[in-house]
Amino acid sequence: MKAELEKRLVTGPDGVEFEVDPLRDYYCDALPEVQRPAYLRIVEDLFNWARAESIWILGFGTGCGAIEMRPLMTPRFDAYRYGIQWRPTPRQANLFVISGYLSVKTLKRVIRSYEQMQNPKYVVGLGSCTLNGGMYFDSYNTIKRLDQYLPVDLYITGCMPRPEALLAGFLELKKLIRAGKAEGANQYAANFAWYKANQKQVIHDWDMPDYNW
Amino acid sequence: MPSNADPMSLAGVHARLQALFPLGDLAPRRAGLAFVDLPATCAPPALSHLRDREGFGHLVLLTAVDWLEEELFQLTYLVCNREARLDLGLRVRIPREPARMESIHDIWPTAATYQRELREMFGIDFPGSPRLDEAFILEDWRDIPPYRRDFDTLRFARENFAERPGRETWDPASHMRQRLYPEANPGMDPSVPGDRS
Repeated sequence: MKAELEKRLVTGPDGVEFEVDPLRDYYCDALPEVQRPAYLRIVEDLFNWARAESIWILGFGTGCGAIEMRPLMTPRFDAYRYGIQWRPTPRQANLFVISGYLSVKTLKRVIRSYEQMQNPKYVVGLGSCTLNGGMYFDSYNTIKRLDQYLPVDLYITGCMPRPEALLAGFLELKKLIRAGKAEGANQYAANFAWYKANQKQVIHDWDMPDYNW
Repeated sequence: MPSNADPMSLAGVHARLQALFPLGDLAPRRAGLAFVDLPATCAPPALSHLRDREGFGHLVLLTAVDWLEEELFQLTYLVCNREARLDLGLRVRIPREPARMESIHDIWPTAATYQRELREMFGIDFPGSPRLDEAFILEDWRDIPPYRRDFDTLRFARENFAERPGRETWDPASHMRQRLYPEANPGMDPSVPGDRS
């Protein structure tokens, strides 16, 4: 093994010595917590207004429905006028659009990406496949009910929903957020063991931490 | 066997190949595309010959068909001669159990990917093919290979993936018949596929 890969003691800039193992994956493995609303109702309403006006979607097309999101970025539908935009990394996104069928292999990546998103975060299920399997109801590798594995705040039905339907869905999601009813992330934190058990039931090669930020 | 076929046509290729290997008849599909059957042991040398002597430089695909009733797998090697614009499919049949075929990754390195897929989806073994046992699409699959016809995909989906109650299946033909001509089919239940009572 190369010397720089071995465990060693490092002195930090503040003079404190600590051990570093370069081969270890460092992450925060604290479990998710339920985020309580602000103490004052008016403050929480202000927060929710701000959240509703800046929906940043993770640019992760999990299925065929992702093709319907592309026209939303163009001048014809122009979702940006509603404060909706797409971000390249889960760290900068707060909305995960599960676009259509979700294979077990993708579900594993989706869970990892979802957990890396910062609170407050929302999940929108797009298309029939996320609701009840759609045309993939008898497939050997796609899940049929998204809400068994991730907390879904809103479904947009159709196969495929047109970009107009997506816009209507996003506006509906804004209403839910402003009313303080988009509580998916808290639901995930509160029922964490149930979600994990469901996820592990379909993902056999579970080779990732149970939760990682 | 001398042939009066155009030497640049598939019939010409077939005639020259027939002198070397026990080939079946040429089954033309359209101009420039034909299929031919041959024994499994002859496929790799025949492919090598086609690549080196006949200009079939491109392996278009390698795929399998499950002939469950005959207990056979059919492998199809589709090769292409770009200069002459010819496609030739070599079809071989191998037993279903044990499903094993000689690897052709030494003739076309790209074949290794097809062979990995066939290994995972049909359970056909290609001894010596690189990275054969690594997961290709499925991760940690625990059932019989899913493209085998005796794999019941509906049962698998019911057992493994949670279902939302209330999903209804409507047979389009009987549903529309009931909608358009209700008096002609009074007792019919449109939610039962094929119910013509």
